[in-house]
Amino acid sequence: MRALVAMSGGVDSSVAAALMLEGGYEVVGVTLKQWEGADGSMPTAGCCTLSDAEDARRVAAQLDVPYYVLDYVDEFTEAVVEPFAEGYLRGITPNPCIECNRRVRFSALLERTEELGCDVLVTGHHARVEDHDGVYRLRMAVDGTKDQSYVLHMLDQSALSRIRLPVGEMTKKDVRAMATEMGLRTASKPDSQDICFVASGDYRDFLADRHPEVAARGNILDTVGEVVGEHEGTARFTIGQRKGIGVAVGSARYVVDIAPAEQTITIGTYQDLLTERCAVEELSFTDAPPALGEMVGVKVRYRSDPVAATVMSTGDRWEFSFAEPQARPAPGQSLVMYEDEYVLGGGIIVDDRPSVTSVR
Amino acid sequence: MMYLDHVASTTIRPEAIAALEDAYERLDRNASGLHEASRRAKNALEEARERAASLVGARPSDLIFTGSGTEADNLAVIGAALASGRNSIVVSSIEHDAVLKAAYSLGRFGFATVELPATSDGLISLPSGIPSAEDPVGVVSVMLANNEIGTIQPLPDIVAAVKDRDPEVLVHTDAVQAFNSEDVTLEATGADLLSLASHKIGGPKGVGLLAVEQGVRVDPIIHGGGQEAGRRSGTYNVAGIVAMVAAMEAAHADRKGFIDRTSAERNEFESAIAAGFPRARVTASVSKRLPQISHIRFPGVLAETLLIRLDQVKIAAAAGSACQSGAVDPSHVLKAIGFTDEESGQCVRFSFGWDTPQGEGSRAARSVLDVLGQL
Repeated sequence: MRALVAMSGGVDSSVAAALMLEGGYEVVGVTLKQWEGADGSMPTAGCCTLSDAEDARRVAAQLDVPYYVLDYVDEFTEAVVEPFAEGYLRGITPNPCIECNRRVRFSALLERTEELGCDVLVTGHHARVEDHDGVYRLRMAVDGTKDQSYVLHMLDQSALSRIRLPVGEMTKKDVRAMATEMGLRTASKPDSQDICFVASGDYRDFLADRHPEVAARGNILDTVGEVVGEHEGTARFTIGQRKGIGVAVGSARYVVDIAPAEQTITIGTYQDLLTERCAVEELSFTDAPPALGEMVGVKVRYRSDPVAATVMSTGDRWEFSFAEPQARPAPGQSLVMYEDEYVLGGGIIVDDRPSVTSVR
Repeated sequence: MMYLDHVASTTIRPEAIAALEDAYERLDRNASGLHEASRRAKNALEEARERAASLVGARPSDLIFTGSGTEADNLAVIGAALASGRNSIVVSSIEHDAVLKAAYSLGRFGFATVELPATSDGLISLPSGIPSAEDPVGVVSVMLANNEIGTIQPLPDIVAAVKDRDPEVLVHTDAVQAFNSEDVTLEATGADLLSLASHKIGGPKGVGLLAVEQGVRVDPIIHGGGQEAGRRSGTYNVAGIVAMVAAMEAAHADRKGFIDRTSAERNEFESAIAAGFPRARVTASVSKRLPQISHIRFPGVLAETLLIRLDQVKIAAAAGSACQSGAVDPSHVLKAIGFTDEESGQCVRFSFGWDTPQGEGSRAARSVLDVLGQL
């Protein structure tokens, strides 16, 4: 059996490759070339840089497995980078890693697995795939602090049956320990927190370069529509944001609305930010969807614990009602449904409220 | 294991290995000194130079040894352009990057580079002399044979057209791939400058050669101790040079055999592929091509995938050129002959060599068809 291991140059995918070898698989290591500069050069900052590919190549050499770099620049640009920019222009907060998983890694690359002579696709994601009598379930990682099941919520039965996530069974500490023991050069390499195609680490510069209109100044409003300040571009903000607003009113203020068409953002108190509802579109499910009226755990942002919510309506747009009011999640982010530690599915959060200011 | 990537690098010839071993034993001192050890190295170097010069029809003093074919191309294009006192360079659109990038690198010093278009059959023609450049042209560079698609240019005709328009213009030809099979001399090509690479003809890597016509000046691009009459500084790689020349002699003597053997395998290979995968398209098949190259487009197949699958069954072939990361970049040569990026991404180059076993062509075709059948 042969495993196609997507190697980013990080410690997780390095150990994933080693674990597959231990499990008796032949391994083929690949790095996806996803992005290049205007002159065709590979990025030298951010994730998935030339030096990351070099790290991956060295680990593959250490493990004595074949290693290739696959060109996915066109697919990635179309599926991830352009929607990312377009999302910010629309005033939402996109999650490019989720689109990459949905449209590049676990679709385009997954489809290619067999063509490349392999049986399964392997990544270093911290999550678990379990076979429950032929029904595949996606489960949170053993290491809760590193759990990445949130970004894998779009995987369906067909995908789950063809992937392996070996490091999901280990704590990050143990992953690093194993890497060290094996003498892998990436054992102590820090995890990348950046968006892989944003070299400078600041997505605002990236956006401003491609879409200068994003840096258009505009007004900051309060919830009664009064102008309380000025901002330097709606794309700099996300719903729920507290820092970096630049308006001092004595107590904490949060972004509660973003209106790129009017070039305004609206700030309010934490109370203004609370909501009991969330609307979601473009849902996908790992197996059977939850039923109308069912209570599930939902994560509306990556780094949070699931909170209880009830499915209020289904169809093209699902509506959830939180058991307790929550800080309003940012449209464009994903809502992922859990049943205990198991992922049921998820979708993209949409803004279906009337504008906050127009209510007054 | 079937090695079908000889154009990238071919097997080192036994004559070259023998020369290397001998050189490392006897000649491994700096050839530029006064003492006996130096003189021994120098004598061997100069003796090799004379033999090489005779093979390419140049005077020994008109040969410049370099560290690679790329360096020889750079020295030719940049060195001749700088020495010419003129401001324009003309290159074919299918040149190797060693010529293209060298030419464009002079842009910031005020040199303009103009590209000659190619036909869909991979040929460069000059119906009315070199295209008019704003400024007088210093050097024109057209490779004798292309390393991707194998097409051979009618160089004497091109030289005639260039000189007819302006006898002062120098013509350089990258003959790196052509030496195995073609008559590569200054006279036969008509060129003023001619570059070669050791490892493409069975010598070691890290050595190249630029031969120039009597009286042609090139400014150095590598400065230092003044070796090669100031045109290329750096301690002589005597071992590499004597080995390259030994390879040149062996390749020269073997030309007819090389043509017979490689074209037999190549033609067998192409027939079998055509029969088993009728949609396959051999690039520039109607043009005069190098006997060892088979560049084929497989519609509906990703070259990247095919190469990986072939690698898994131990068949070595190539596509485009590797970028820094190792991913396959679309080829400027294919773009120049009219391929879309998508078509370019479906092309694989198979190439045979001086030591390709008999029957390899049909064996390779069977394996390639087998893999294609599984995709």
